[in-house]
Amino acid sequence: MTKLPAPGHPATATHPGNPASLPLDAASPAARALAVSLAALLGVLVLGGVGFSHVEAVHNATHDVRHANAFPCH
Amino acid sequence: MQGFAPLARTILFVAALAGIGAGSVGAALHLVSTVPLILKAEAYEEGAAPDAALAETAAAHTHAGTDAAGAHQHAGTDAAAAGHDHGAGAWEPTPGLERNGLTLLFTLLTGFGFALLLVAASELAGGLASWRQGIGWGLAGFAVFTLAPGLGLPPELPAMPAAELMDRQIWWSVTALATALGLACLAFGPRPLHAALGVLLIAAPHLVGAPQPASYESPIPEGLHHSFVVASILASFVFWVLLGGLAGWLRPIVARHQAEPAARPA
Repeated sequence: MTKLPAPGHPATATHPGNPASLPLDAASPAARALAVSLAALLGVLVLGGVGFSHVEAVHNATHDVRHANAFPCH
Repeated sequence: MQGFAPLARTILFVAALAGIGAGSVGAALHLVSTVPLILKAEAYEEGAAPDAALAETAAAHTHAGTDAAGAHQHAGTDAAAAGHDHGAGAWEPTPGLERNGLTLLFTLLTGFGFALLLVAASELAGGLASWRQGIGWGLAGFAVFTLAPGLGLPPELPAMPAAELMDRQIWWSVTALATALGLACLAFGPRPLHAALGVLLIAAPHLVGAPQPASYESPIPEGLHHSFVVASILASFVFWVLLGGLAGWLRPIVARHQAEPAARPA
């Protein structure tokens, strides 16, 4: 994990053309937007279920996680 | 939809692996730091002497078996409105292994959820290229989901007075969103005006203010709450640094694997 990026994969480049993202450059802008949107939506759904549910049994199951992670709980 | 599948798989795999990694460490930290403080607070909530109640964890946490009205009196709040009426017959985990097992499971899921947001956002900026870059994104996540909402709504223990749950959830979510947009303006905005807008977006939720309870009267000692706030934010800090670092380290590796079949002409 402490290894520096391999040659040809500089950490400094963050634009879409950077070598680290070359393998995925084939993704069209529409495909990229869809993949990112779906991933973000799934993330929001998962967090909503764990941290924000008003269902009593779900609240009881996730109680300690909600308090520990400072999600509004009660 | 050219190139959708490799990118979607990359985001999912990186988020799942980083979420499991950071979630395991986060759960371990919480189980030794914040969870014991939550149990202690519940002892105060039950109105029992905390030491005696802690010695009998099982007795102290059998919410269903106790008188709901007496056991869950929230100082200054309406227990029913606050949605904390455990005695209504709803299922709840048994203390010990089941309860802590669920904490582990849901911390892993929380890790997956936050990792999905982190990786998705970083894909908009071209994708994570290294563990160090990932840590930068992890620190942004810490600011967005811990520091900013926690400034108005600090981590709270059971039995602490609080405003209406829905109001706080809305404020929490809007604050996280505004802070994320604000940080994006600061980091990627091409002009100083964008930076000014970023500062405004981050400050705005706090100028409006988080929903506050009618009374701050609480059976929880201030010292216990302070320890909990420190433990919660510290665990969150470690979780986010690890989540970002793991995502940044894994993303180039997973991306190469995902793209390999496409790179070879049939």
